[in-house]
Amino acid sequence: MQKNDGKKNIKIKYRKSEVISGYLFILPSAILFLTFMIIPIFMGFYISMTNYDGFKTMDFIGIKNYADMFKDSYFTISLKNNVIYAVATVPGTIVLSLLLAVAVNKGLKGSSFFKTVFFFPYITSNVAVGIIWSLLFNPNNGPINNFLRGIGISSPPDWLLSTKWALPAIIVVSIWKSAGYYMIIFLAGLQAISKELYEAADVDGAGGLTKFFRITLPLLSPTTFLVVILMTISSFQVFDLINVMTEGGPGRATNVLVYRIYQEGFKYMHFGYASAMAYFLFFVILIITIIQFIGQKKWVTYQ
Amino acid sequence: MKKNKTHLISNGILIIVLLAVAFSMMVPFLWMITSSFKNNNEIFLYPIRWIPEPIRLKNYVEVWTKIPFFKYFRNTFLYSITVTVGQIITCSMAAYAFAKLRFPGKNFIFMIYLATMMVPWHAVMIPQFMINKRLGFYNTPWSIIIMNLVSVFGIFLMRQAMAGIPDDLCEAARIDGCREFGIFSKVVFPLCTPSLATLVVFQFTFMWNDYLAPMIYLDNDDYKTIQLGLASFRSQYNTDYGLIMAGTVCSLIPILIVYICAQKYLIEGVAFSGLKG
Repeated sequence: MQKNDGKKNIKIKYRKSEVISGYLFILPSAILFLTFMIIPIFMGFYISMTNYDGFKTMDFIGIKNYADMFKDSYFTISLKNNVIYAVATVPGTIVLSLLLAVAVNKGLKGSSFFKTVFFFPYITSNVAVGIIWSLLFNPNNGPINNFLRGIGISSPPDWLLSTKWALPAIIVVSIWKSAGYYMIIFLAGLQAISKELYEAADVDGAGGLTKFFRITLPLLSPTTFLVVILMTISSFQVFDLINVMTEGGPGRATNVLVYRIYQEGFKYMHFGYASAMAYFLFFVILIITIIQFIGQKKWVTYQ
Repeated sequence: MKKNKTHLISNGILIIVLLAVAFSMMVPFLWMITSSFKNNNEIFLYPIRWIPEPIRLKNYVEVWTKIPFFKYFRNTFLYSITVTVGQIITCSMAAYAFAKLRFPGKNFIFMIYLATMMVPWHAVMIPQFMINKRLGFYNTPWSIIIMNLVSVFGIFLMRQAMAGIPDDLCEAARIDGCREFGIFSKVVFPLCTPSLATLVVFQFTFMWNDYLAPMIYLDNDDYKTIQLGLASFRSQYNTDYGLIMAGTVCSLIPILIVYICAQKYLIEGVAFSGLKG
C-alpha cells in the first residue's frame, strides 16, 4: 500500500485543495505534539546541562549532572534495583503469559472466560492493586504470612518492610499484573501459526511437548522477541506500584530510576539533575529500541 | 477412539489447572471484596472466611462520608471524557490526512509522529511540566487534559482503520461535490466505529488509572482524580483495612463496568499495540 502511494506521488501532481486540507487536518495534532513532546525533548536535554532549580538559577554547567549521577550512590542503587527488577520480571512474565496463552489457545470450553480473568489485573489501577497487595503482604497478620505460618514457616519474611524482600514482593505483583497483557500479545502470535503444521506433526506422531518446542516456540520467536523488548522498556518505567507500596523503601531497597527522577525533580526541585537522569532513561530505552529494530529486520528475513 | 479418550482426560486436567490458576489470580480481588464487608478483627482471621459473617455494610456507608469520593469520581469522569472526545477529533483528523490525502512531507511527518512514540513519557515529564506551568495550566485540570489530547497510538489505530476504506468511496463523494471535511466526517469517520470504540475504551481506562501525571500537576483537592483520592485516603485511614478495601472496590467499579461491556475492544487494542510493535 505505502509503496504504491509513494510511486503515485512522483507521477501525479498534488492537488492544491488536497494539500491544504492535508495540513489543516494534521494541524491540531501537530501543535500538540510540538508543544508537549518535541519541544520538551530538546528542552529536557538543555535543562539536563544546567543547575535549574525550578525558580531562578539556570546556569549552564555542561555535563556535570551526568558526571555527578554516576558518583551518586542513590542513583547507582536505583539503577541496580531497576536492573534486578527487569531481569526478574521479564522472564517471569514471559513464562507465565506464554503458558497462559498456549492453554487458552487450545480452544477449550470456557477459554474466553479464562482470557477475561487473566487479563483483568492488567486494567485495574496500580494504586488499587498496590493497596490490596500491601495489605496481603502485611507482615504481622496479613493473609500471606498467616498462610505461611499455617503451613509451618514460623518466621515468614517481613515483605515490604524488609530490605531483602520488598523488591521481590513488588516483582511478584508486577508479574501477576502484566501477565494477562502479554498473554493477549502471545495469543495474537499463536493464532498466526498455521494449523496445518500441527496436523502434519500429529500425523508423524509428535507429542504435545515436542510440538510445543519444535513448532510453537520457534515460530513464536518474533512475538517473544517483541514481548521481551516491550517488557524491558516498561520495566524501566515502573513507578506507580513502587510509590504506592514502598515509596522506594525501606531505605533505598526499592528505589528505581523513575522514582529517583520523581524524587529529585518534584520533591527537591532539582530539575537540572533530574533531567539528566531522565535523559539517561531515554538513552537506555533508545538502545533497547535500536536492538528491537535490528532484531526485527533479522527475523523478518528469516520468515 | 483411544486417542479421543486421552484427549478428553488431558483437556479435563488442563481445565482444572486453568481453574486453579484463574482462582489464584483472582484471590487478591476476592480478598478485597470479602474484606470490604468485615471489620478489622475479622479481616485478618486465619483461615480466611471467604463469605463474611455477618455481612457489614458499614464500610461502604462510611467511605462516602469520610472522603469526597463523589468529587473524585466526577473529576475523573470529566477529564476522561474530555480527553477521549479530544482524541477522537485530533487522532482521526490526523489519521485521515495520513491515510487518504496526498501532500508533500506526509511520510516525513508520520515518521516523526511514530518516533515520538519511542520517547518515554518520564523522560520529558520535567520540561513538559515547565511548559504547562508557563502556560498557566499547573494545578488546573487543563494540565493533564491538554497533554493527553493526542496520542500516536490513536492516530496509528485510526489510520489503519481508514486505510481499509476504499479510496473510490472518497472519490465518489468528491465528485458529488463533497468537501474534504465532509468526506472525512460523513463518509470515512462513520465507517471507523470499531476502531473508535477501541480508542474510547483505551483512553478512558488510561485516564481513569493514571497516577503520576495527576500527582505532579493537581495539588488542589478540588481537582484531584480518583487515584489520587484513593491513595491519600489510604494513607489517612491506614489502619482501617475494611474501609480502605471498600474504597478500593468503589474505585474499581467503573473500570469493571467498562471491562464487562467493552472487553472485546480493549483486548483488540492490546493485540493491535502488540502487532505494530
